[in-house]
Amino acid sequence: MSKLKAGDYKSSVKPIWCPGCGDYAVLTALMRAFAQLELPKEEITVASGIGCSSRFPAFIDTYGIHGVHGRVLPLASGIKLGAPETTVVAVGGDGDGFSIGVGHIPHAARRNIDLTYLVMDNSIYGMTKGQPSPTSPEGAVSKASPYGSQERPLNPMLMAISYDVSFVARCFSGKIREMTDVFVQALEHPGFSLIQVLSPCVTFYNTYGHYNQITRALPVDHDPTDRLRAMALAMETETQYLGIFYREAGRATYSQRFETLQQRAPDTTLETIFESMKR
Amino acid sequence: MDPSDPTVVVRIAGEGGEGTITLGDLFTQLAATSGLEVYSFRTYPAEIKGGQVMYQARLGVDRVMTEGDEANVLVAMNQQAWADEHTDLCSQAAIIHEATVRVPASNHQTYAVPAEVISDELEWPRGKNFVLLGALTWFFRLDSDTVDDLVRDRMGHHPESVDKNLAALHKGYAYCRQTFPEPFRYTVALPETVEERILLSGADAMALGALAAGCDFYAGYPITPATPVMESMAKYLPAFGGRLIQVEDEIAAINMAIGASYAGRRAMTATSGPGLSLMIEGLGLASIAELPLVLINVQRAGPSTGLPTKTSQGDLFLSLYGGHGDAPRFVLAPDSVKDCYFQTIYAFSLAERYQMPVIVLSDQSMASRQETTQVPGLPWNGPLGRIEANPEQLGSSFQRYAFTESGISPMTHPGTADGMYLAESLEHNAYGYPDQTPANHEKMMAKRARKVETARKMLADWRMTSRRWGDAGAPFGIMGWGSTRGAVREATKVLQEQGLPIEAIYPHTLLPMPDQAISDFISSKRAILVPELNFSGQFGRMIEHRYYKELDELGVHIYQQKKEQGVPFKVREILEATMEMIEKERGLWDRAHGELAGIFNTARRLRETYSGGGHCE
Repeated sequence: MSKLKAGDYKSSVKPIWCPGCGDYAVLTALMRAFAQLELPKEEITVASGIGCSSRFPAFIDTYGIHGVHGRVLPLASGIKLGAPETTVVAVGGDGDGFSIGVGHIPHAARRNIDLTYLVMDNSIYGMTKGQPSPTSPEGAVSKASPYGSQERPLNPMLMAISYDVSFVARCFSGKIREMTDVFVQALEHPGFSLIQVLSPCVTFYNTYGHYNQITRALPVDHDPTDRLRAMALAMETETQYLGIFYREAGRATYSQRFETLQQRAPDTTLETIFESMKR
Repeated sequence: MDPSDPTVVVRIAGEGGEGTITLGDLFTQLAATSGLEVYSFRTYPAEIKGGQVMYQARLGVDRVMTEGDEANVLVAMNQQAWADEHTDLCSQAAIIHEATVRVPASNHQTYAVPAEVISDELEWPRGKNFVLLGALTWFFRLDSDTVDDLVRDRMGHHPESVDKNLAALHKGYAYCRQTFPEPFRYTVALPETVEERILLSGADAMALGALAAGCDFYAGYPITPATPVMESMAKYLPAFGGRLIQVEDEIAAINMAIGASYAGRRAMTATSGPGLSLMIEGLGLASIAELPLVLINVQRAGPSTGLPTKTSQGDLFLSLYGGHGDAPRFVLAPDSVKDCYFQTIYAFSLAERYQMPVIVLSDQSMASRQETTQVPGLPWNGPLGRIEANPEQLGSSFQRYAFTESGISPMTHPGTADGMYLAESLEHNAYGYPDQTPANHEKMMAKRARKVETARKMLADWRMTSRRWGDAGAPFGIMGWGSTRGAVREATKVLQEQGLPIEAIYPHTLLPMPDQAISDFISSKRAILVPELNFSGQFGRMIEHRYYKELDELGVHIYQQKKEQGVPFKVREILEATMEMIEKERGLWDRAHGELAGIFNTARRLRETYSGGGHCE
């Protein structure tokens, strides 16, 4: 089979995203990463939740599942456990992943199932036309918060590192080449990786200019195995660092641990079980 | 002993945490090992320690179908146990009680066993239940070596306590043997030949059914009373090459199972009422994305947290209709422990073949009770599998949701080259891509619903879709579902023995309903009793709603018998309700009941016999 190019992973469906939406860059970067890793299409599944960014699986010609709101991590985990030889990518937005579905993140981290989770974070509910999201700044004014929102924004990087996610990174839709590089490393990482992609909503909350100003690559001397330093960098909010904050490569994945567990289970058959129940 | 009822009902009552359930379980196993048929029931508080526990075991030489109504033998471990449980005893019951329990003088024969003193002497206060196990071993003249082996086998994982428990057991046995040497009224003569039987719980039956059906993925969250299903799966699934994962909540459980199903696994989850409520959104996803999924619901009494450890059949409507939009699914209702095994296998067959979620409706009483039963084989037709796409159907024009006559479209799973497709929670077209045009939505809704009709046709030839027994064509009938069958079975047996013709039917598939079988049953009836364990009579309403035309045209009356107390039906209650139904019909049919006169008179006579209860000896 001839080598696939990034465009070969594209489906026939035209994205529903607004022109200029940050999610286009994520789609491009992911297809480039697939091509770079020479992954066969049938060996990939992209799963999603609900929201603008969760329409993603329709636009890519791999296996895909568009699930319900906030449940992409359990859904994608099931796929990976069910088909361990395949590559599974979970995608969604900040509402899907950091609001309704946020409770699944620590458990995905604990299990360290080999999945790549891309959260396209636009700090707004775009599909429902502009309500504040968990990453909207305090005081954000919208139709649902006409006098300003009252909550402080979540810090997704700090949260992910403290939950002990084994690969934590931040990208920006304005920097597609760097994003592709992070995606490649995340896909190669054996375990659960969470990537926050700053992916502006040009219609309801255009942050391109803002992010162009405040984003910066992580310091060149940052050692991603240094968890405390990663946390300190994540806590800086004036500057939003881009790149791999934290990575623990040696941690066993869920599937590896399952193999050990399976060896502990004594061999048995239905007949043997019934036999043991006989009076 | 009542010669017409050669069974004995033993009720054990005590406080949660003082080993009442262990005593009940061990005694039930001892009786089964000794060659008797057993059927047990337990009701316990939601707390780990404290609160009263009641365990009832019924023993017989022939097959036992319910836990029995009034107890022949009461084992009272404390004063409260006596207070709670003495009201529905047989008139000459045997009361075996901890010596400190004050039992007023009555017709009952009392046996004071100083279980506390004996266990204190052994410096093993936790051994009270074993002293009483020794007592029961003596009273029922069961073999003391057998009980020793059983205790070693069952409690072997606590080696430090096995010896102490055995010492308590021996002391209890010796004390009773010396103090009560006379024959015991309720000793059951052991059969000469012991039939091959296993002692099975409903929960284990469902887990083993899942394994027999090739289940290889389980995601679940602990919830009473469904947890034992997960625990059995956890023990066995790895050896069968499957994976079990305990997840963070029921929402994760169903979504993970759906993911595994998408990946090609035979996936399941098990839960109880509150968990089912949380899973309903996921159920809709499995339905619209057409992914196979088996969901076992071990019903408990609701609403909300309700009575977590008590039985009910209150989730029928939620199972049949729960969710937004019209989301086709199947609902199966096993009606015995053994049937739990078979219906779980059928659930996988239906899920896999029709690419749909299947709910298996069990309940607390059936899942947690133990019953002697034959080793179940594989069902006559084996578990059905998925219809996979063939190579010609694959490629860029692969229609995962192709419109077909049966409604079933060939499927693929990750790893299949050229089989890539999108499983969509949005309304989608034949390729799986979002399509919300009016015509497409209508067509897709019809396609998914058509699978239920295809299944209904297939199930018409499927002999396990309903169980019908009694006098064929009898004018009065009983129609029920699920775990109440034992009580109804016994009631119909009593009625037939008394010369009152009666017929009963228990559908096993509640969605789709086996319409042919039900219509045939209805057509010969004047009135039908519909007993069920819920407040609003959900099944009865469903029957009235679905068959109203036939019922109206034929003038068949439905009599709902509803009970929502957290405990199963007593046989007597079914008998009383049947007689009441017939009595009411007598009034309605007064002028034209020539051929029914015999039945009416028999019913009136039986009504006098069976009202008030406490007639057993």
